[in-house]
Amino acid sequence: MDVRAHVSVIFHLDKCIGCHTCSVACKNVWTDRPGAEYMWWNNVETKPGTGYPTHWEKQDKFNGGWKWNGNGKLDLRCQNKADAFLKLFYNPNQPNLDDYYEPFTYKYEDLFTAKAGDDQPTAVPVSLITGEPIEIKSGPNWDDDLSGSPIYAENDLNLDKLTDEERAQLFEVERLTMFYLPRICNHCANPSCVAACPSGAIYKRGEDGIVLINQEKCRGWRACVAACPYKKIYYNWKTGKSEKCILCFPRLETGQPPACFHSCVGRIRYIGVLLYDAERVPAAMKVQDRALVESQRNAFLDPNDPKVVAAALKNGISEAFIDAAQKSPAWNYVMKWKLALPLHIEYRTMPMLFYVPPLLPIMGKTADGAYEHSADKFFTSLEQSRLPLKYLASLFSAGNEQVVEQVMKKLMAVRYFKRWQSVRDLPENEVQKILRQAQTTPEEVEEIYAMTALPTQYERYILPPIQREEAIQNTCSPEACKGCSGFSLEPTTQGERA
Amino acid sequence: MSWIQDIFAPEDRTWESFYRNRWSYDKKVRSTHGVNCTGSCSWEIYVKNGVVVWELQGLDYPIIDKTIPPYEPRGCQRGISYSWYIYSPIRVKYPYVRGVLLDLWRKAKKANPDDPIAAWRSIVSDPESRKKYQQARGKGGFRRSSWAEVNEIMAAANLHTVQRYGPDRIAGFSPIPAMSMLSYAAGARFCQLMGGVSLSFYDWYCDLPPASPEVWGEQTDVAESADWFHSKFIATVGSNVLMTRTPDAHFLVEARHAGAKVVVFSPDFSQVSKVADEWVPLHQGTDGAFWMSVGHVILKENYADRQVPAFQDYMRQYTDAAFLVTLDKQPDGSYRAGKLLRASQLAATKAEENADWKFFVVDEATGELRMPKGTVGHRWQKQKGQWNLKLEDAAGKPIKPLLELKGRTELTAPLEVSDFSDGTNSRTLKRHVPVRQVETVNGPVLVTTAMELYFAQYGVNRGFEGQWPKGYEDDSQPFTPAWQERFTGVAGSVAVNFAREWARTAEHTGGKCSVIIGAGVNHWYHNNLIYRSIINALMFCGCIGKSGGGLNHYVGQEKLVPQASWAPIAFGADWAGPPRQQNTPSFHYMHSDQWRYDRAFTEICAVKDGSHPMAHGHTADKQALAVRLGWLPCYPQFTKHNFELVKEAQAAGAKTDEEIVAHVVKQLKERKVKFAMEDPDNPECFPRVFYIWRGNALMSSAKGHEYFLKHYLGTHNNAIAEEEAKPFVKDVTWHDKVELGKMDLIVDLNFRMDTSALYSDIVLPAATYYEKNDLNSTDMHSFIHPLQAAVPPCWESKSDWQIFRGVTEATAKLAQRFMPEPVKDVLISPLMHDTPAEMAQPTVKDWAKGECELIPGKTAPNIKIVTRDYANLLNRFVSLGPNFRNNGLSVHGTHYDVDDAYDAYLHTSPTEKWAGKEYPSLRDDKDACNIILHFAAETNGEMAWRAFEAESIKTGIDHTHLAKDTRAVRTTFDDLAAQPRRTLTTPFWTGITNGKRTYSAYCQNIEELIPWRTLTGRQHLYLDHEAYVAFGENLPTFKPRAELRVTRDLEKSNKEPGSIVLNYLTPHGKWHIHSTYGDTLRMKTLSRGCYPVWINDKDADLIGLEDNGWVEVFNDHGVVCTRAVVSARIPQGIMLLYHSPERTLGVPKSPERGNRRAGGHNSLTRTRLKPLFMIGGYAQFTYAFNYWGPPGVNRDTFVVVKKLDKVVY
Repeated sequence: MDVRAHVSVIFHLDKCIGCHTCSVACKNVWTDRPGAEYMWWNNVETKPGTGYPTHWEKQDKFNGGWKWNGNGKLDLRCQNKADAFLKLFYNPNQPNLDDYYEPFTYKYEDLFTAKAGDDQPTAVPVSLITGEPIEIKSGPNWDDDLSGSPIYAENDLNLDKLTDEERAQLFEVERLTMFYLPRICNHCANPSCVAACPSGAIYKRGEDGIVLINQEKCRGWRACVAACPYKKIYYNWKTGKSEKCILCFPRLETGQPPACFHSCVGRIRYIGVLLYDAERVPAAMKVQDRALVESQRNAFLDPNDPKVVAAALKNGISEAFIDAAQKSPAWNYVMKWKLALPLHIEYRTMPMLFYVPPLLPIMGKTADGAYEHSADKFFTSLEQSRLPLKYLASLFSAGNEQVVEQVMKKLMAVRYFKRWQSVRDLPENEVQKILRQAQTTPEEVEEIYAMTALPTQYERYILPPIQREEAIQNTCSPEACKGCSGFSLEPTTQGERA
Repeated sequence: MSWIQDIFAPEDRTWESFYRNRWSYDKKVRSTHGVNCTGSCSWEIYVKNGVVVWELQGLDYPIIDKTIPPYEPRGCQRGISYSWYIYSPIRVKYPYVRGVLLDLWRKAKKANPDDPIAAWRSIVSDPESRKKYQQARGKGGFRRSSWAEVNEIMAAANLHTVQRYGPDRIAGFSPIPAMSMLSYAAGARFCQLMGGVSLSFYDWYCDLPPASPEVWGEQTDVAESADWFHSKFIATVGSNVLMTRTPDAHFLVEARHAGAKVVVFSPDFSQVSKVADEWVPLHQGTDGAFWMSVGHVILKENYADRQVPAFQDYMRQYTDAAFLVTLDKQPDGSYRAGKLLRASQLAATKAEENADWKFFVVDEATGELRMPKGTVGHRWQKQKGQWNLKLEDAAGKPIKPLLELKGRTELTAPLEVSDFSDGTNSRTLKRHVPVRQVETVNGPVLVTTAMELYFAQYGVNRGFEGQWPKGYEDDSQPFTPAWQERFTGVAGSVAVNFAREWARTAEHTGGKCSVIIGAGVNHWYHNNLIYRSIINALMFCGCIGKSGGGLNHYVGQEKLVPQASWAPIAFGADWAGPPRQQNTPSFHYMHSDQWRYDRAFTEICAVKDGSHPMAHGHTADKQALAVRLGWLPCYPQFTKHNFELVKEAQAAGAKTDEEIVAHVVKQLKERKVKFAMEDPDNPECFPRVFYIWRGNALMSSAKGHEYFLKHYLGTHNNAIAEEEAKPFVKDVTWHDKVELGKMDLIVDLNFRMDTSALYSDIVLPAATYYEKNDLNSTDMHSFIHPLQAAVPPCWESKSDWQIFRGVTEATAKLAQRFMPEPVKDVLISPLMHDTPAEMAQPTVKDWAKGECELIPGKTAPNIKIVTRDYANLLNRFVSLGPNFRNNGLSVHGTHYDVDDAYDAYLHTSPTEKWAGKEYPSLRDDKDACNIILHFAAETNGEMAWRAFEAESIKTGIDHTHLAKDTRAVRTTFDDLAAQPRRTLTTPFWTGITNGKRTYSAYCQNIEELIPWRTLTGRQHLYLDHEAYVAFGENLPTFKPRAELRVTRDLEKSNKEPGSIVLNYLTPHGKWHIHSTYGDTLRMKTLSRGCYPVWINDKDADLIGLEDNGWVEVFNDHGVVCTRAVVSARIPQGIMLLYHSPERTLGVPKSPERGNRRAGGHNSLTRTRLKPLFMIGGYAQFTYAFNYWGPPGVNRDTFVVVKKLDKVVY
């Protein structure tokens, strides 16, 4: 057993309101500078939709992630040994400007400087790259709220598994639906970006599993951009280096959740430590698609198991860290309640970000031109939900509908139980049946409810103490560091060496 | 183990400080955004190297209760983008004046070196120079100026206007004070000390729901968002919570997890539909039809077929359902529901004080007529303590009001019920209701209870003869589930199922059903009817005044919590008063001449009885009647200068103020002087100087924007509508030719170059929200918190408080030379709500037609003489005046003394000394904030205690227990800087925040038995004013939305092949709060880089339009050129242009309108007023600022859409 601690995150999509506050928080703090304009380390996509960069899920085009040929080996889809060298100079798997967008601004200053004329001045859009007038044809959130769009929503790749009939219905108003999918770097346990980097610049931090690109070592080959199936690495055209979500490690190190978590107004985000057995990675990713969710779960270790605790301590994980793992909402969501699922686990990078899928409204039908729905269930229902389970399974369980169905049943059970408890207008036996079918109990329902509806920031974010003094003393005495912190002529990379 | 090695070694990772250094900062400061938004979110502003770098939400709201979700974090995608503005290229950094005007000014100054007033006069009175700078408005050519120069221009314009026309020709507009109340107060205080006009906002924005005053006598009161969590059934109606209540949406989502059902009503699959159990896609503007049928089902199943005791008790005690209504006989022998039976009508009670304003119920036990306490008559009688909702009469004898006469009488009478389904009054139905005969001083009359009228109106038959629907499936009569299908497109079964679950939930939970309602309903012409249909469904189930229940109308930010101490500062009442507070819809309808393009209002509004003077004719004539009778304000006041009127009176021998007033009355009676709104195109009546701050008065809120450009500004515009009013107006003076460009000077305070700034004469650089100190509160939560300067005002900007102090100083300095003596001003003001004037006019009588005497304050406006002191303008501005101390503070007619606190305050706080007296200082913004906090009942427990003591005297019930535990609370600005503070329970608001309670509206009325401020003191289902009877709106009903043929939006516009006509809607958008944030690079990048219109894919196909294609959208009022978003999310037949774009950003020219720059969303709208909301002097229908008056509706609008082939900027 090789116990590792990983800061893992949960996004509760039933709670996501699609506001993009997270995206702006991130942009303001991290990518508000030349070279980084088009970088959205955190973005929010409307589903069904095509996402950002457009059609990032299209792996037959971008060739991200791993492929498994059924034997003992995982291979990067984007390269084999023979062409790895060539692709340093030309990588056809990379998204180009059309897949992203050309950053733009406006000639705002014209409003002040326009000469007196015979018509009103207006600030025209111009490219942020060339400064020339631009026709805006794309953006980082171009299909926002575009459910029912024949161009965007209908081209969502996850709809491929639906029948033609199911597909057509989604674009009739009585079945129309949408939900939101916020995305950051998954900080995968089996990251293809790390494997693809020819410079060895990408690594997972030992103490918390955060995947980082060393800005000193990166040579801008962009192999990682191609290898990441989630397209969460961006090339900075100004510095010539690639950058990505850093899970706000400077905030984590000071006991604060990442900026996108802090600012999440839907209160959908949770963060906590998961312990996993590094020895079981990447074997866990070498199973059939349908088994991947369960296989990933098998790599996680119970933080309350004394054997695990002992092994963790032996591996240098502190007691405080283990304590955080024992209180972790990530453990509860992923392992205890089994409500949170990885995004596109079939890419086999073993993402450490998990999503609770959304409940969506009941569908209606038009009979004789009047909108109607059946009234046999009090709340919305799985059978009549506007989005087929198949679609959710395509996103969150590599096509395994049973896995998703079990989650949805439990989410519904929480609502039915709380309804019954507070209103008593449903038959008790019916509610108990719902609980049984969801394989849950009143006790578990109460726990899920409390963590879903009521949590404060101190319950959503269980951050492990990261003891910086221990890291610092490897290069410089913390006492000296305290005295000269910030004094440097090279304020970017050399600060703490001064 | 795999080849992927985790790296532990810190020595290999020293580069990581690259990102650590970015995260570091120097300080963070608590502030928020003073934009017109209910959010009121606490933010931490991060400053690094003296520059604001980013903002993140404050997470430290006090926890109300651990069994409900906490408030953190609050703040949305828009708010978090704010820091972009501060150093952006759209930031106004210096004072600007349009070059044409600046040249004229400098030249005029040279010609009049010692007299700036003469210099200004020479520019504005010369038609040529006037035309020159007016026509240049909006067309570039700005030049940088200095504070000294712009202050002098403004001072000269102010005093010239005062001298030539009167101070009431100076108007100021700033929206919704709550979000930065001191900044609002800055300009309002300046205007009122001048004698100028403050323009209302809540009604103009169409945020005011007229149904709220109609039903509750309350401007608006709603639950804080945390209270949603207690709800077990939530309907969202015309409100896109995820989009527009972003920081609060989580409570809605989390309420679902606690077992609430959520049903969303919206024509489009809006964002909030995503969290619904059911999304009901009813057709736009037809919600009233659905909810009337819900009412039908509830009455049938919970009142007729069976009775729910809790519902019955609720209706009995808290609504007017048991009150007796007289039935008026019609020529055909049927009866019409008329007025409530009054004490004055019965021999036994006619001698009662206020006998016209006390009413009857039938006692269940005795069958006798009894007069319950708590009506408007009890409120204003000499004997206090009888204004309460106890079930007893004035003598304390208990009453159990009888709801139904069924089974209590043999007598029935055929009631005439109007059916407006086809948009006309042509169909009536006869339905029998049980009645009693009552002997009055004028002979016998038939009466019945309001409840009986409801059964009849809703078509719920309990065995009486007449024309009744046969069942739910009968679509031949209103208001069955089947009937509503033709309007809503939703099956009747959906309504039946909804109504059943709704009533069942309420019965099981004691009323925990709530409605979140918004602009999607309130912006329709007949909004009041839709609202009442929903409110009734809540009342029938006893849901109002309950935690987790009630109507939650979140449209606009009406809730300025520390009202009592703020209002006198804002409106200068500490020195003089009353203030000149104008309802803006009337102001703009009349003065921007939009009335000239209007025909008789009955074309758009079906009425029951057109013979009533309020129920026929032209809206402008109704407005004229409303100002004559003192129902609505009228500023500018008269066709003559107010000061001249005083001089005239004095010349005619008037010595006292009373004699001057008598002279004015005589002039009015003889019609030698008229109200300005009776002759708005007379140049003597023009508004002349217009101050805009904190808002976008010429674009965002300017319904009929192009008419603003034409009639106020005198610059180019794209309206082509015909003037059609001439044959329809009888009272208002018609001028065949009018002078365009009424405004002499338009000043805009702004931190960004928005449309209003671009079209103004002077643009003043305003401090941003991160550069000033101010206070912020909301209805969405129960906390109050500050705005603070994280950095000093950048470049040459100043806070609004500093800017208006500067204007005041410059004006005072000039006045010391040219107007050194105090001067007498005639001041008119309307009959006011929460005063005995609520009983002024039991019937409508026009003195100008000889129907009654002109009695100020009774049949006409109040008239008062006040003194203006321009030389001391600055001194007054910076000093908290003596009236604050001597008059005490009051809200809604409840008063508390502060003289002792005022005197004590002089010893502990900065003061101003002048003319031998000392006053608390308002010079600095933080001092002013502290004064507001120290004297307001919501932030000072002693004041709350005193307010409840006063309230207890009125009601005869001791309410002070609500203030007992918090009596020692005192709040300072520094306290708020440390952490947001929860505001205290006071009688000025209707909810309760004690302990762990979440605020929900009307809980005090229910629990403390405090009456609503209405005719009967109860919630009103029935409205008996004669105009309501004439309009057929005394009972809740359904009137369909306006059709194109009556809106006449496209009389002159091309409807050529390749175009499509759509209903045009402007809901609130995702990427802006009104127009703020919409022009930031962040929001533009995350949306479509423009302000697109949204259109259905099939509609798009009809005109060959593809996603992101350019379109021209136009009607007779103007034109918009933009791109289209094509989506089946939008139903066919409507187009959305999310409110509110700027015309400053990437707007092409319009081929359809002569290749001139196209406009914004309000280029396609026009002000339409529903005259019913103009009535006054009658209980809850009595004017207050932002409380009553017709709102500026805008949804009944149509446009033509076609592709725009060639884009030219």
